[in-house]
Amino acid sequence: MNQSIKADLRRFLEENFLMGSRGPALEDSSSFLEHHVLDSTGFLELIAHLEETYGIKVADDEMLPENLDSLDALAAYLGRKQA
Amino acid sequence: MSIEATSPTPAAGGPAGLDAQALRLDELAEADRIAAWLREALASRLHRRGLVVAISGGIDSSVCAALAVRALGPARVYGLLMPERDSSGASTERGSLLARHLGIAHEIVDIAPALDALGCYRQRDEAIRRVFPGYGEGWRNKIVIAGGLAGGINHFRLVVSEPDGTLHEQRLPLREYLQIVAATNFKQRVRKTMDYFHADRLNYAVVGTPNRLEYDQGFFVKVGDGAADIKPIAHLYKTQVYAMARALGLPQAICDAVPTTDTYTLPQGQDEFYFALPHAQMDLALWALNHGVPAAALATALGCDERMAERIYADIEAKRRVAAYLHAPAETLLGPSAC
Repeated sequence: MNQSIKADLRRFLEENFLMGSRGPALEDSSSFLEHHVLDSTGFLELIAHLEETYGIKVADDEMLPENLDSLDALAAYLGRKQA
Repeated sequence: MSIEATSPTPAAGGPAGLDAQALRLDELAEADRIAAWLREALASRLHRRGLVVAISGGIDSSVCAALAVRALGPARVYGLLMPERDSSGASTERGSLLARHLGIAHEIVDIAPALDALGCYRQRDEAIRRVFPGYGEGWRNKIVIAGGLAGGINHFRLVVSEPDGTLHEQRLPLREYLQIVAATNFKQRVRKTMDYFHADRLNYAVVGTPNRLEYDQGFFVKVGDGAADIKPIAHLYKTQVYAMARALGLPQAICDAVPTTDTYTLPQGQDEFYFALPHAQMDLALWALNHGVPAAALATALGCDERMAERIYADIEAKRRVAAYLHAPAETLLGPSAC
């Protein structure tokens, strides 16, 4: 489940933000902010994707790097939201 | 040309050697240096005969207009005041006061009809109604920044006020956020179109009016107020711009002007829209970051804890990454030998 979510999200990021450009592979623990994968607008796009795809509502106080800023963080966050 | 503040290292005084003294400037000497640079740029590189300045009634454009007059005299400076439906009347009053004070030719151009024809207000209001369906006649709006300094991810919240003053606030979803910003950006872009009409007509160059905070942090619209031929105060912190206004003897109403966006219908400070801190604190934080001051020293100077100071630094760096796109010229495959 966890690996499947990460694979889906990695595909979403690669298709929408990396667009096939060559760069260092994104590790599961890599910060999207530090690696300049997402800016603040990018996070809004990611949140819209999470809400549409996984049927969750990201609350204002959940818009934290701890929840959203890496594949590891996203998988753990989605796990908690869907539990 | 790069111009640094007069104190390259933190001045002594604050507990950590960092306080407002770091931003001290010999304003009149700096005004003369900028004036000489304006004359030299016009004559040697821009090859134009004067300067067009869009005057908002705020401190930055007022100081730019005064510097233009210091450089060229009033006869070679043309002022434009361009209010629209959501502008404060006080802004136009201050702008007119400044133009009369400087003795420059100027005109007031109401850009509301042009914005209306382009769909600026309709597109914005449609997006707002998707968030607040009751939004309509007599309601007012603004967007405010949230997240960064609370340790979260920066995002914008939409605030609307009913005709009776009842406030509502909600996080802006992606599509509505982008549409509201795109629609309101028409305002800066239409003003820039008008700037260049007059610059072409007069064979003048266009002055851009960002201060250092705005220039560094991307507080401008690409191909809007970000577009210009010359930016005389892009190296000056906002605190220094206020000091310059006083040194140049600008009218008190302008020296006392509070920074606003003058773009949304609810009163909106620049700090709540974009900077997250009042300008004096933002100036100090940006200066400190630029001079390698540790977060602990910034925390002492601002009276906050070290974690907050680290967030302020992180927020500045995040906005610099956004600003890089705004500053960037168009990408091309031309190599360096193309010119």
